[in-house]
This record gives sequence, C-alpha cells and structure tokens, in this order.
Amino acid sequence: MTSHLPALQVVLPLIAAPICFLIRQRTVVRVWATLVAWASFAIALALLSEATRGTISYSMGGWAPPLGIEYRIDLANAYLLVIVTAIASVVLPFGRTGMGLDLAEGREYLFYSAFLLCLTGLLGIAITGDAFNVFVFVEIMSLSSYILISLGKGRRAKKAAFYYLTMGTIGGTFYLLGVGLLYQMTGTLNMADIAKHLPEVLGTRTVLVAFAFVMVGTSIKLAVFPLHQWLPNAYTYAPDNVSAFLAATATKVSYYVLVRVVFTLFGAGFVFGVLRLHWILMPLALAAMFVGSLAAIYQTNIKRLLAYSSIAQVGYMALGLSLHNVNGLAGGMMHLFNHAMMKGGLFLVVACVALRVGTRVDDFRGLGRRMPLTMAAFVIGGLSLIGVPGTVGFVSKWYLVKGALDHGWLAVAIAILLSSLLAVVYIWRIIELAYFEEPPPTPAGKEPVTEVGFSMLVPTWILIGATIVFGLQTDLTAGLATAAASQLLGVVP
Amino acid sequence: MKMLYLWNYHIVIVLMMVGLYIVIARDNLVKKMMGLNIFQVSAIMFYVSMGKVTGGTAPILPHGAHDVLYSNPIPHVLMLTAIVVGVATTAVGLALAVRLHEDYGTVEEDEIYAAERDAE
Repeated sequence: MTSHLPALQVVLPLIAAPICFLIRQRTVVRVWATLVAWASFAIALALLSEATRGTISYSMGGWAPPLGIEYRIDLANAYLLVIVTAIASVVLPFGRTGMGLDLAEGREYLFYSAFLLCLTGLLGIAITGDAFNVFVFVEIMSLSSYILISLGKGRRAKKAAFYYLTMGTIGGTFYLLGVGLLYQMTGTLNMADIAKHLPEVLGTRTVLVAFAFVMVGTSIKLAVFPLHQWLPNAYTYAPDNVSAFLAATATKVSYYVLVRVVFTLFGAGFVFGVLRLHWILMPLALAAMFVGSLAAIYQTNIKRLLAYSSIAQVGYMALGLSLHNVNGLAGGMMHLFNHAMMKGGLFLVVACVALRVGTRVDDFRGLGRRMPLTMAAFVIGGLSLIGVPGTVGFVSKWYLVKGALDHGWLAVAIAILLSSLLAVVYIWRIIELAYFEEPPPTPAGKEPVTEVGFSMLVPTWILIGATIVFGLQTDLTAGLATAAASQLLGVVP
Repeated sequence: MKMLYLWNYHIVIVLMMVGLYIVIARDNLVKKMMGLNIFQVSAIMFYVSMGKVTGGTAPILPHGAHDVLYSNPIPHVLMLTAIVVGVATTAVGLALAVRLHEDYGTVEEDEIYAAERDAE
C-alpha cells in the first residue's frame, strides 16, 4: 500500500474531481473536497518522511524507467508537495460566504471539481520525473486555473482569464517545443535519462534552442519580469480564495520546474558556467523586485497591490536561482515556502475584508477597530512580506543576502535590502489607514462592520500563525531547503 | 538538397510565426484562438516530423526490405495528448469568448478595452 503512495498523491484528487459531479449537493461536495485535500496532505507528509531517507523512484504501471513514466521524489519536490497540499487543505475549508463566486445557486460543485483538478495538476508537476508528463500536468493545472479565475465576480474576471489563457498556452507550447528538441537530441523523455545523455550533445545549437524554449515557456508560467503581465489581472479578478490558492501555489510550482530544468536537466555547470544565465536572470530578478514593489505602492485595489507584490517576490525567488550557490538556492527554495504562507494568508485576509467592506485600499479605513483579528493577521503577514526578524520573510532574505555575499556581490545584497524597504511603503499605507484613521460612519439602515466568522478566521490564522512559527523555528524549513539545494547542486552538505 | 530535407521544419517555423503573429496582432478574440490553434499545430507537426527516421525499422522481423522510412511511434503518441490539450484549450477559450460577448456585446479586444474605460 505505502509503496503506491506516489501514484495515490496524484490519482486521489484526479478521481475525486469527477465524483464532485455525482454528489452535487453543496455542503457534501465541500466536505468531500476538504477531506480529499487533507488526505493528500497526509500522503505528502508520508512521502516527505520517506524522501528524507533517500530518493523514491516509482514506476507508473510497473513499466521501468526510462521507457515508462517515472515518479521521482527527492527532497526538493517532497517539500513542494507538502506546501501545495497544505495550502489546499487550508484554503478549501475557508468560509463559503467569502468565496464570491459567479455561479448559480446549486452549481458550486463545478468550482470544487475545477479546484481538485488544479490540485492534481500542481501535484503532478511536482512529482513526475518525466519531461513530457510535466507538460501534461502543466496543462491540466492551467486549464483548470483559467476556469477558476473566470469564476470571479464581474466581467473583468473573464477578460483576465482569457488573457491568461493566451499567455499560458504560448508558455506551455514553448515548453513542449523545447522538450521535443531535447527528445530529438537524446531520444528519451525521462529527466534523469536526459541529464545522462545531454552532456554528449551539449553546446549544439539544437540544445541551446531547446534550453531557450523551455526557459521562456516556464518563465511565462512563473511570471518572471517582463513576462508577468497576465498575473495582476488574473489575481485581482479571481474569486478571493482562488487568488489565495493560486498565488500560494501556481507560481511556486513553476519555480520548481525552472529549478528542475536548470539544475537537473542541463546542470549548473553548463547553465551558469557556459551560458552564464545569471547575467540575464539576475538583472531581470532585480528589476522584478523593484518594478513589482514600486507598482504595488501606487495601486488602489488591495488585491492588485498584493499581486504586484507577488511579482516582486517571484523576483526574489528567481534571484535565489541565479545565485546558483547553496545559500542562494536555499534562500529561493525557502522563499517559495515562506511566500506561499504569507501571500496565501494575506489573500485570505483580503477575502475576509472583501466580504465585509470591499477590496479598495480605502476600504481599510479604520478597520483596525472594526475587525481587530483580521487586521492583526494582515499586520503580521505584512511584516513577513517586508522581512522583519521573527517572521519567515526574514529567514529567506537572510539566506539570499548570504548567497549574494558568498559571491562577493555586495550590490545585490544591498538591492535586496532596498527593495524590502519599498515593501515597507506599501504595507505601511494599509496599516496607517486601518489603525490611525477613523472608520467611516455606518450608512443608515446598514449593519455596522463586524469581525468575520470562525470558518474564515481559523484558516487565515493558520497560515499567518505559520509565518511566525517557522520564522522562529527555522531549523525545519531552513534545514530542508538547504538539504534540497545541496541535492540539486550536487554538493554534499 | 539539405533545404528540401528540412522542408517540414521550415513549414513548422512558418506556421509557428503565423500563429504567434495572429495572437499578438488580431483584436478579435475568436481569431486569437485560431492563431493559438495554428501555433499549437506547428508543435504537433514538429513532433510528427521528427518521428520519421530514415534507415530505422520497427522492432519486428523485417520482411524483405531492410532500409525503410520508419515512423517512431512515441512522438505520435505524445501528440495525441497534445491534440487533446489543444482541443480543451480551444474549448475553454471559445467558452470564455462567448461569456465576454454576453457581458460586453463584442469580441473585439479594442472595443472591450473601450468599454472598460467608459465604465471607469
């Protein structure tokens, strides 16, 4: 039974999705989807504990790799599986009232079905060791996320979803072409096998073109600056809990694919030693950090503000990758985990606020008194986004700075600190409105704004609480991320 | 001679650029979807072309002829999946275009943006 856990991890949500169609009844579907997410989380934890003892290789259907499809779980993706399933487990039970879905009464099962398919795709990308299989799961994830985004209220959600669909399909097809070129050169699709045969043909033009296609395709999905234009609209107009889920998982999984391609497939020696990718990726990452943060300062919609901040945070992760040493990559991997928690938590806070007042920044006026628990969660999440010691944001930035200093790149380290100061500006704007301004008078005939219910506060505080717990208790995440980074770079920790 | 040998790949590049150009340059959402389709078809053609291996044979006992043009089945099988993905993408994209048409009364992107500006 336990030997089939890797397959179950993907198959469970995949089979659970059509079952939602059979159940249809709103409350039952909700409980069902939540239970499936929790079961996936349990499986991911079991896989992580197994992966710490050594890499797991699972042959799908009993066909031995490299001919069959291999599910290969080492520390890096076991860690990612835990993050994705944890976020899904927290977001799914999040209050029904706070979702803001554009669906007719009684058709909510469609949402849960798409959500579980999206989860399947995310888990599949993380777990598989087959380059073509990644494409299939990327498309499962993307198609269901287009649907999830288009379920947002208002016509702009559909526009955002259509735009994301165009960009996402181009990205996916680029990846497909890149994998095709690699297949042409190596005759295999298994990642480990490609990595074995690739050194014989490295440096040929076909391999260079393949690398370019795969990199650009993945970067579109990851929303690396300047390929980020789909992201702000998609996150702004998506339903509130979908924003929380996608912001916390979709870009993270794409980051993982990028890391896999660079370090496992092509190898750090070729990518950074011969191609000198860091001279392209690092300026883009630094630009993302500043452009994203500066754009966030001027936003009047809180979800758009957080979306632009996400672009900046993707910049930090890309920076970690381009530093290509253990500390830098560990910082990037850790930021993947930390940003999932804090951005997921912040989007859930916004969902609570959206339910009571709205999503304009002005709506936060005086909320510190009206919704004290929700706003306290926002403050902690915001501090973590800035990178204040004691929160997770500090830990990952600390490793990034260490990684930059290991190279002796002082300017990069200073840039990390400066862009963190920009985060202070946009977070402080909200905090000032919430705590130092009087709440607007309640319009006649309306209930005064009050705190949201238990079913929304608990998931929010689980994520926000985690940013503090893992900010103080750094052994677990830092240890895992460093071990994963060492494994990827092929150095003994 | 080499040009002719690579004929398929030239077509692939042309189709890919045509598709990409339509996606970027056309305002009509349905035309955009068609462009996206052409773009995806170029990837399918690319895989099918590279499946042709001159001089190879299927792993069965040859009957008479030895040097045949052999089709590697794997790229074909992969493309079955890619075709399904393409159909699904087109379906979702066109469904979104229908919804946009219901909401805005048009599928022209510039008119949608104009409607957005008027609404603000």
